[in-house]
Amino acid sequence: MAGIEVTALHKRYPDGTVAVEHVDLSIGDGELFVMLGPSGCGKTTTLRAIAGLERQTTGDIRIGTTLVNDLPPAERDIAMVFQFYALYPHLRTRDNLAFPLRAEGLPKAEVRERVDEAARLMRLGPLLDRRPRRLSGGEQQRVALARALVRRPRAFLMDEPLTNLDAELRADMRTEIKHLQHELGTTMVYVTHDQVEAMSLGHRIAILNKGRVEQIGTPLEVYDRPASLFCAAFIGSPPMNLLDVEVAGGKLRSKGGLDLTPPPGLPRDRGLVAGVRPEALEVTAPGADRSIPARVVSAEWLGDEIIYVVDHGGQRDVRVRMAPTVRFATDSRVGLRHTGAAPAVYDVRTEELVA
Amino acid sequence: MAVSVNEAVPASPVRDRTPPARRIGGGRGRSVLEIALLTVLAVVMLFPVLWMIETSIKENRDVYAVPAKFFDFEVTLAHYRDVFVAPGGGLSDLSVAFLNSLLVAGVSTVLATLLGVPAAWAYSRFTLKAKKDQLFFILSTRFMPPVVVVIPIFLMYRVVGLIDTPLGLILIYTAFNLPFTIWMVKGFVDEVPAEYEDAAMLDGYTRLQAFRKFTLPLLVPGIAATAVFALIFSWNEFVFAIFLTSSDSVRTAPPAIAGLIGGTTVDWGLVAASSVVFALPVLIFAYLVRRHLVAGVTLGAVRR
Repeated sequence: MAGIEVTALHKRYPDGTVAVEHVDLSIGDGELFVMLGPSGCGKTTTLRAIAGLERQTTGDIRIGTTLVNDLPPAERDIAMVFQFYALYPHLRTRDNLAFPLRAEGLPKAEVRERVDEAARLMRLGPLLDRRPRRLSGGEQQRVALARALVRRPRAFLMDEPLTNLDAELRADMRTEIKHLQHELGTTMVYVTHDQVEAMSLGHRIAILNKGRVEQIGTPLEVYDRPASLFCAAFIGSPPMNLLDVEVAGGKLRSKGGLDLTPPPGLPRDRGLVAGVRPEALEVTAPGADRSIPARVVSAEWLGDEIIYVVDHGGQRDVRVRMAPTVRFATDSRVGLRHTGAAPAVYDVRTEELVA
Repeated sequence: MAVSVNEAVPASPVRDRTPPARRIGGGRGRSVLEIALLTVLAVVMLFPVLWMIETSIKENRDVYAVPAKFFDFEVTLAHYRDVFVAPGGGLSDLSVAFLNSLLVAGVSTVLATLLGVPAAWAYSRFTLKAKKDQLFFILSTRFMPPVVVVIPIFLMYRVVGLIDTPLGLILIYTAFNLPFTIWMVKGFVDEVPAEYEDAAMLDGYTRLQAFRKFTLPLLVPGIAATAVFALIFSWNEFVFAIFLTSSDSVRTAPPAIAGLIGGTTVDWGLVAASSVVFALPVLIFAYLVRRHLVAGVTLGAVRR
């Protein structure tokens, strides 16, 4: 087990593409660390640099206390699970698991013992004598996980391991991975573009954009106070409402006239945007206390909740999350009010959190 | 109207079933027509081949017979003997030419494959500066027909002493087959997920070992198909061969066979027999790898 330190990582390909602009990460020992971002944000390149599959242009990578910049992948004592499972097609499950151990030159008895242990952990018993072609996607990914386990590496690197699975299986595997990581206590770096996966798995999440880290924090921190407009728009489904606001007479008011609880220390000299979560707003009967007039544009009935899309005072498409018992017809006149704590407020120009 | 619709609904499955039955009857008619047309086509296409084979086993007087003899002629293998054995015994010029063809085509194919496969792998796996331009440049060397470049190459070869040597032909054929090999094999490498190599590297192999142990075995059918194409090109090549070689001891089969025609009399039986011998290896090879050839054309060369 070991932590991973990434310092001033920069990766530029020979054809001039910059995949990673500048990334600093400090991943703790035994932590499940998620790198989240849209495609092309540099998360996979960062992971591959940690694995040693890509050589960074500049910057340092330490695993434990070892500087691994110049070590080949095999000597970094890590295991990686790929989006495409990369099981050796000509080997049975058992041999796929044993492969990295035999490559290390471990004695036969130990190889067998470790393979059995990993197979038991991932419940692979009946699959041990099959070739990858005869396994389903989920089974293949479990074998791939087991193959990473047998090595007893200092850290696991996961490159979107659940992306190719269907939704139901993905949820199961997510639980399984989380459970496994908890049980083994191994450092795990997990790359995904799926914010639900990131929120449900990570001890901490790093949000990457255009080769830079936008924010690092626990899922709750990232959800409650996104560090930039990019993070605000990326985390949460439906995403945060971004409302143009101005400070007037000690109040924070949106362009549409909605009063928000003002956070302390608001700057007055620049354009501001408030990030308001859909659950921090409320659709009420028209004319209710502290509410402003609004109109329901559409409603998404999700069973356990309703997402109302409302317009108010020229501000379009504000999303509000409501309990399924509160029902308003489309096009009806309603009231809209802010109920939550002070929202995160961003500078329009720098797109960064100011209060 | 409504009634007729109601009647039509239950009736329709039955009626639906009848027309296809009729269509199957029509299908039989069509398949007869198809077979007839295909037979005509096959006869037209294969007649020259058939005629070549017939000529190669006819006595010379039957070859010139008017009207032509299709079936009632005496079979002889004398022409085939003449292809391989010289009149005074020993190797004939033609069999020397066949051996030369074998040497030149074989070695140039092996060279093109040995150089082309690693290049194709590299172009598929690595990010390189101006990769597309490089690949286009490689392909562009095939744009010019051999006839256009053969004179300058002749002059260069004369200076470095490669005229009338097997090495000269081997080099030029390798150069011609290399772009094709790189492009086609690259298509196959693109199909093999790079993750196999990544996983192998994490398991303790070097990049090259990972390629050799995991990607290469999956590429074998594609490489075989590519090599057969290269082999067929080198085996059939005529323009370079006739310009760059002159002596009987170096000449390959195509110019040697062409050399049989001309002069005062033409031994058509010998020409036909040597053509059959010349065509056989290519046909056999193409037959053996026919499935891969189709895969190669559709999967490899066409992509990107």
